[in-house]
Amino acid sequence: MTPLLSVQGVTKRYGAQIGCADVSFDLYPGEVMGIVGESGSGKSTLLNCMAGHLAPDAGQVVFDTRADGPKDTVTMSEPERRMLGRTDWAFVHQHARDGLRMGVSAGGNVGERLMAVGARHYGDIRGKATDWLERVEIDAARVDDRPTTFSGGMQQRLQIARNLVTGPRRVFMDEPTGGLDVSVQARLLDLLRGLVRDMGLSAIIVTHDLAVVRLLADRLMVMKSGHVVEAGLTDQVLDDPQHAYSQLLVSSVLQV
Amino acid sequence: MTDHAYNFAYLDEQTKRMIRRAILKALAIPGYQVPFASREMPMPYGWGTGGVQVSAAVLTPDDTFKVIDQGADDTTNAVSIRSFFERTAGVATTTATIEASVIQTRHRIPEAPLTEDQILVYQVPIPEPLRFLEPRESETRKMHSLEEYGLMHVKLYEDISRHGHIATSYAYPVKVEGRYVMDPSPIPKFDNPKLGDMAAIQLFGAGREQRIYALPPYTEVVSLDFEDHPFEAPKADQLCGLCGAEDSYLDEVITDDTGGRLFCCSDTDYCEGRRKAGHRGPAFPGNEAAA
Amino acid sequence: MIELKDVSKTFTLHNQGSAVIDVVSGVSFHVAAGECVALTGASGAGKSTLMRMIYGNYLTQAGAICIGDVDIVQAEPREVIALRRAVLGYVSQFLRVVPRVATLDVVADPLRALGVPAEVAAAKAQDLLARLNIPQRLWPLSPTTFSGGEQQRVNIARGFAHAYPALLLDEPTASLDATNREVVLSLIEEAKTRGAAIIGIFHDDAARARVCDREIDVSVFAPGPSINGEAVGHQRGTAA
Repeated sequence: MTPLLSVQGVTKRYGAQIGCADVSFDLYPGEVMGIVGESGSGKSTLLNCMAGHLAPDAGQVVFDTRADGPKDTVTMSEPERRMLGRTDWAFVHQHARDGLRMGVSAGGNVGERLMAVGARHYGDIRGKATDWLERVEIDAARVDDRPTTFSGGMQQRLQIARNLVTGPRRVFMDEPTGGLDVSVQARLLDLLRGLVRDMGLSAIIVTHDLAVVRLLADRLMVMKSGHVVEAGLTDQVLDDPQHAYSQLLVSSVLQV
Repeated sequence: MTDHAYNFAYLDEQTKRMIRRAILKALAIPGYQVPFASREMPMPYGWGTGGVQVSAAVLTPDDTFKVIDQGADDTTNAVSIRSFFERTAGVATTTATIEASVIQTRHRIPEAPLTEDQILVYQVPIPEPLRFLEPRESETRKMHSLEEYGLMHVKLYEDISRHGHIATSYAYPVKVEGRYVMDPSPIPKFDNPKLGDMAAIQLFGAGREQRIYALPPYTEVVSLDFEDHPFEAPKADQLCGLCGAEDSYLDEVITDDTGGRLFCCSDTDYCEGRRKAGHRGPAFPGNEAAA
Repeated sequence: MIELKDVSKTFTLHNQGSAVIDVVSGVSFHVAAGECVALTGASGAGKSTLMRMIYGNYLTQAGAICIGDVDIVQAEPREVIALRRAVLGYVSQFLRVVPRVATLDVVADPLRALGVPAEVAAAKAQDLLARLNIPQRLWPLSPTTFSGGEQQRVNIARGFAHAYPALLLDEPTASLDATNREVVLSLIEEAKTRGAAIIGIFHDDAARARVCDREIDVSVFAPGPSINGEAVGHQRGTAA
């Protein structure tokens, strides 16, 4: 089987500072991988390098494109990368306002990607938007409301709908449940799990919440100071961590 | 009376040459916004500094110049610019559309069809049609270069979702030759169909934003729309009170403080021409009784 | 079906003076299809640890653990996940679920993961929940608020929803009343009949005697005190 995403030796420096160093892994279709580590461990830098938001100093990020098979998205032409960015790729930001157009209605937010790939029938676009609002458990009657009138959890679900409407194959999520209260988190996690399964998504979730990765991720990568210190099955890394830092991380979680 | 303290048409020759280069480039890439080094003009931004610079660059001593502001030849703005070029270029001026070789306009296209011998210069406040939803210039430039125009339809989508129809009534975005999405300046969308396939050269100047763009003669210009909400070019459902025209764009003029109003052609030259030819509208003096 | 070859396991506690704890070493045994084997030994002998190693939950330092033709020690995470989805089931002592997911969906989940249609999976889940005497009014509720015994039964229903060819049971009858204990034992017997290879930990002697074909005393695999005496002082090696 061809990996959907193959990351090889990705390195990013900020001057003398290391963002992330020599990160390599393969992500297969349908797999969900978590990246955990403390603030500043390089997980967001790595995510942004893989998403094409940052240019890595070294390494390859090979994506299995529908049209031409595996291609390095770092050296790929910008139009091609941006096209992937609004079709096959999705990026869920920690802060919904980074991923939504706050001045545009919920329907317009969901419809944007459809219009970006050529949808020109208002009724169809609106129908799909409404359908997606329902899939993420937002009342279809809110389709013309702006996200500014939505709660934090709703905004996050709207962001997910906006990202998934084009049926992407690769989803990156940066702290998708950060800043949400616990009951809202649970609902979002359940929703994400269902979507990942139903759509066969491959996803990478960056978070510092170990409970989130245990519920969502098949695999886990632990980062510290820009380096991957441990990687493996999520439950194995959490229940039997091998590296000193992973052990510290796991043992630092407050029990409820 | 030409004021000889100034170079012909106010701007120095180097500046005019620079602007002409920008115009030629703009004509070569219809709809593309060409940056140019906009000069300080002896009038405030918003008064047509972009249009004035373009006019200055294209005027020759043999030209006949006309200026309209929302269709009218007799508003302050139109009169000022007309007298500015009378003074600095000594060109002949006119209010008759068919007699003019260069027409500078703010917010209208004349009703009378233009010819291949004419140049229409638009004053443009905000040249970037994507600005409404994407404030970053770096990003909108990239979107133009990569033809990423989905966002333009988001704006129209929002219109329909809020008003039930596309409510954008002026500065209605168009696609030029199937490539660049362009802001036609704040002309009413009633005028949009005239943009395409026009015999005259159309030049657009944005002074504050330092951009020039153009439509060469007979360019394909399509107003953006949805399959199930096609573009429409509506006007007030009235006829001109003065000349009785049914096909021209109308202004609504409040005539007193008791609610009296008058619809009349926004194109004063067109209206006058029709009245000279004997046409009369219901509100024409001496004709009210008939109305 | 399940084969362990010379398996050993140590824990290194980096943050506690890098203490090294040897748990088991030299474990070798084989469980055939249709066979149920009990792991026995005193508390702390490593029964649960061994079980978790077989499930891939704990990392194995040496040896091979083959489930069918997959060696879990060497396998890639995605291979382990595929194995757990289709081949290797595990009923732990603790229910771990996404909050607010309905009990019925929790039980149907393993089947849905295999691509079984929603109605078929739901029917199977209903059947198991009914057998395990979970009142129907609880099915649409999340099991997180259930009593210990109810959670344990939901966990068992979930573990038996799919007919795994290999099954690991960690105290499946603990905290169950006689009726439900009986249901669980018959579920195990049915699994054996259809050819599942089962490894279990049973503190309930009668239950063990009834369903298990063999017993393996894990204490024999405990490393001798001479290997790392001070760290494993509580373990008494009985290996020959």
